[in-house]
Amino acid sequence: MTNTSWTRKDLLGLEDLSREEIELILATAETFKEVSTREIKKVPALRGKTVVNLFFEPSTRTRVSFEVAAKRLSADVINIAVETSSVKKGETLIDTGTNIQALKADIIVMRHNCSGAAQVLAQHVDLSVVNAGDGWHEHPTQALLDMFTLKEKLGRIEGLNVTIVGDIAHSRVARSNIWGLSKLGAKVTVCAPSMLIPAGFEVFPAQVSHNLDEALAKADAVNVLRMQFERDGQTAFPEQMEYFRNFGITEERIAKAKKNILVMHPGPLNRGIEISSEVADGQNSVILEQVTNGIAVRMAVLFLVAQARDRKNAIVNKKRPRN
Amino acid sequence: MKDKAQVLDKETISRTLMRIAHEILEKNKGVDDLCLVGIRNRGVHLANRLADCIKKIEGKDISVGALDITLYRDDLTLIAEQPIVHKTEIYFDINDKNLILVDDVLFTGRTIRAALDALIDFGRPRSIQLAVLVDRGHRELPIRADFAGKNIPTAANERVEVRLEEADGKDEVVLGEND
Repeated sequence: MTNTSWTRKDLLGLEDLSREEIELILATAETFKEVSTREIKKVPALRGKTVVNLFFEPSTRTRVSFEVAAKRLSADVINIAVETSSVKKGETLIDTGTNIQALKADIIVMRHNCSGAAQVLAQHVDLSVVNAGDGWHEHPTQALLDMFTLKEKLGRIEGLNVTIVGDIAHSRVARSNIWGLSKLGAKVTVCAPSMLIPAGFEVFPAQVSHNLDEALAKADAVNVLRMQFERDGQTAFPEQMEYFRNFGITEERIAKAKKNILVMHPGPLNRGIEISSEVADGQNSVILEQVTNGIAVRMAVLFLVAQARDRKNAIVNKKRPRN
Repeated sequence: MKDKAQVLDKETISRTLMRIAHEILEKNKGVDDLCLVGIRNRGVHLANRLADCIKKIEGKDISVGALDITLYRDDLTLIAEQPIVHKTEIYFDINDKNLILVDDVLFTGRTIRAALDALIDFGRPRSIQLAVLVDRGHRELPIRADFAGKNIPTAANERVEVRLEEADGKDEVVLGEND
């Protein structure tokens, strides 16, 4: 295991992290995975801590995954859905944050529709902020659980070819995966119709392809993104079936790819649009294992940021001998 | 840390472990329902060695598990460096077993308190007994060892370091002083 120590009070994205920091999260997550297999699926590591889930966008699986993770660490969890909160009455993000701080909470897990929102919040509160998705920017825990699954299934990340298919333009999952995978030595190819790849994408360490069969040919894993029709659906793609024909992951396409190619998807699935049911439920699919691994990864992240914040705030302990 | 004196050498350590193995077998009347759980890291190595000793004596294998207590510590926020969380590996049922908890040094007793909490999350052993290579005193909790290799009276600012072949390349116990 690495000897890096984690010193950040927040997890905002993978772009800023070093390879060692990412490896530390993945190694810590490996330990936490065991906790969920116990009869008593709980450890007291975050006892007395309060985690606030602050979600400005609808989300079920990410929120539930963070909630389960926090509870398995014995933290108390408060869910704030924006539809029912004072944000509807015009409260600013920073005011919401400082009010949560005044409640003496310890960690805010936030999803927001604006890119950079997590960073703004983190600068204005002393709490730990964990980014659960900000606009089109980053979704670090999703990428971390994708990498955890890759490492678990294929034994390594270094040298793997990973293809990400779908709406790259609007995908924070794609961006976080590109940063994380490239730092750990994987080769990333993004594949989509040109209208779904933003201009200036060369700044990302990834190859761009517009031909799915080519992009799948050498891939060890394919990460299938959800077509986000609720975001930009109509303008981005007029015809769902046309997308499925050209970019949908089907049995025929998987049959032509590497035999043990891993099929991943961050969920929720649009069956018959970006992925066929046969593939989603087939033997190459690790989609449900991703969900299980998400808990371990989020436990690791919550634990590490809480520890780092505590240590910063703690009155430095006199050198006390330990045995 | 400065080394001040070696208190146990390689041969003494192995004789001590053999003696503890005999004591464990005597007290528990054999190996039935007996299992060992070592506290990471050095407790695990010691547990494995005790299992080898027991096999030499009784000719039977017993289960050995590894326990990481980081998540159960009561001083997580006080220790200076970030502790690295390691895996707990107890792949057998501890219910109704006589479980021997193994660690290298018994000091304040807080590690053992954390280990007891962790073990209880895995089941309900018939008994939990504690075996340590060194008891250095200065308990802060009502905890004692059932099997102790050596009692070493120490000052609070001293440090007892158990070095084992598996982790440190050689077997010895040294008394040192914190800088």
